[in-house]
Amino acid sequence: MNYFVDENGYYGEFGGAYIPEMLYPNVEELRLKYVQIMQEPSFQKEFQSLLKEYVGRPTPLYFAKRLSEKSNTKIYLKREDLCHTGAHKVNNTIGQILMAKRLGKNRIIAETGAGQHGVATATVCALMGLECIVYMGEIDIARQAPNVARMKMLGATVVPALSGSRTLKDATNEAIRDWINNPVDTHYIIGSVVGPHPYPDMVARFQSVISEEMKWQLKEKEGKENPDYVIACVGGGSNAAGAFYHYLDEESVQLIAVEAAGLGVNSGESAATSVLGNEGIIHGSKTLLMQTKDGQITEPYSISAGLDYPGVGPLHAHLCKSKRAEFISITDAEAMQAGLDLCKLEGIIPAIESSHALAVFNSKTFKENDVVVLNLSGRGDKDLDTYIKYFKL
Amino acid sequence: MNRINNKLQESKKLLSIYFTAGFPTLTDTVSIIEKLEKSGVDMIEIGLPFSDPLADGPTIQASSTTALNNGMTTSVLFDQLKDIRKTVSIPLIIMGYFNPMMQYGIEEFCKKCAEIGIDGLIIPDLPVNEYNDNFKVIFEKYGLINVFLITPQTSDERIKFIDEISNGFIYMVSSASVTGSKNSFGAVQNEYFKRISAMNLKAPQIIGFGISNAATFQQATKFAKGAIIGSAFVNHLSQNGVNSIDKFVSAILKD
Ligand SMILES: Cc1ncc(COP(=O)(O)O)c(C=O)c1O
Repeated sequence: MNYFVDENGYYGEFGGAYIPEMLYPNVEELRLKYVQIMQEPSFQKEFQSLLKEYVGRPTPLYFAKRLSEKSNTKIYLKREDLCHTGAHKVNNTIGQILMAKRLGKNRIIAETGAGQHGVATATVCALMGLECIVYMGEIDIARQAPNVARMKMLGATVVPALSGSRTLKDATNEAIRDWINNPVDTHYIIGSVVGPHPYPDMVARFQSVISEEMKWQLKEKEGKENPDYVIACVGGGSNAAGAFYHYLDEESVQLIAVEAAGLGVNSGESAATSVLGNEGIIHGSKTLLMQTKDGQITEPYSISAGLDYPGVGPLHAHLCKSKRAEFISITDAEAMQAGLDLCKLEGIIPAIESSHALAVFNSKTFKENDVVVLNLSGRGDKDLDTYIKYFKL
Repeated sequence: MNRINNKLQESKKLLSIYFTAGFPTLTDTVSIIEKLEKSGVDMIEIGLPFSDPLADGPTIQASSTTALNNGMTTSVLFDQLKDIRKTVSIPLIIMGYFNPMMQYGIEEFCKKCAEIGIDGLIIPDLPVNEYNDNFKVIFEKYGLINVFLITPQTSDERIKFIDEISNGFIYMVSSASVTGSKNSFGAVQNEYFKRISAMNLKAPQIIGFGISNAATFQQATKFAKGAIIGSAFVNHLSQNGVNSIDKFVSAILKD
């Protein structure tokens, strides 16, 4: 089985570029050039140097002793929460801003839900001195005020998405419309492994630094590159794609993708796309998405804004359908408890997205000798308000 | 022969009108179509509403949201249109996004269109290569014309390719933008209209996006076979309901 994108932009039956003709020149330019640009020595040099000096890579692979004892298995945390700006998102925005510069684009647009990708995009635009416009659903602007302020401080313009349900999927629609309206000078920095080909592959490649580091770090610590399990949460799927990337062909490594069940998979308030979704087209990609039987895209729910997306990237749809990865759904309550547990056990406050991945240790049993790597995608600072309200702190 | 091809052979310039099915109220569809034909419109694009219309501006987005809230679905639309050919003879095209059609089943969808007497489809997010590889055979089996778009950014090479595979008209998007009304076209548009006209393509071109009044209609049809009005008509519907459709059309066609 091939888990990498094929020459037509598909992962198995998922992917492609279902875009209006208006976007064709931009997406086609990117498709023809992205691999070549990424492989240029000057690109790699600049990318690696920024990841090291600016983002703070490599991020530690930390052996979580007390969590391991509690779960009776061997757990390593890949500390993406220690990246500059607080999550893995910046790995991708660094890569894409360098791509945009080489494509001669001087205006950057992005969508954001929780604001993490918006902040990561505003950050690299400040770094490079490029204009930055971030689309964000009107409802998300209200519930993620600190990240809106961060983006503004970084010099970005935050534009409210007023259409549809006024959340992440609509912010994505608005960003795509902006790109249609500004086809010449603008690059769209998508925040996850979603959208038309080549975005899912390009973003996965930029995030693949996560599993690249895991391999040599694990070799140092365990004497072997491959763990028994890799666990990551999935919103659109970028941190999971990065954590799985170099293990996709290592069939002995079991991959666990964790989705947000919200109030429960069958509650009507959920974001568990692999269970509730079926095949369709969202944001230019053929993948699994949550929709009505008439093909209208529905609004998901999760306490975690970063997992609140009605689709998954086409790679994940393929990993799910081919059973290469096991998909597990975790409710709000399970995630919040697991997040709090990590604070008490390891002194690490995780992002609520990452807390979903952590909750797997309460619902699945691992063997004592198993080596489990969990991708801790982000830190919980942005979620303090939610934690405070939830636990009445 | 398909009604679209017959229409394209008439010597006059063509006016095509888009509206969103299920807007302003669920059951307006048939009466809007009949009134448009009576008012002298040459061709109609019936919009199948979608929750996430990527290529549309605020006016058509809002009408789509209302239509969906009113209860419009693919099956409801087909049901409303089942007797449309008893009263209407101009070409009818369904314009919509690919996902709702996919969920209905592409073959089923095309079959239903043929039964009703739909002549063609415009699907902005179904790319040319996917159509050619996977759906062309089905569309042709049911006698449906698929209409492709070109934009000011489309390369000459790609325009020639699209011309070759078009068996109806080419939908020429007037400017780099989503749908919406403009009051006039500038020099850039004129240049583009001229450039395409000079290519002497085999498929006639009909210009859409930004046509809103007699002035923009005339400017567009100076170079192209026809023009399509969408947002401006949807605005008219939201202000007047199905009343005075004839006034809207005659204001465009007046010379
Ligand atoms: C910390 C963190 N983890 C995970 C996600 C989910 O995105 P993805 O599935 O693309 O990694 C987000 C998105 O905002 C995030 O901020």
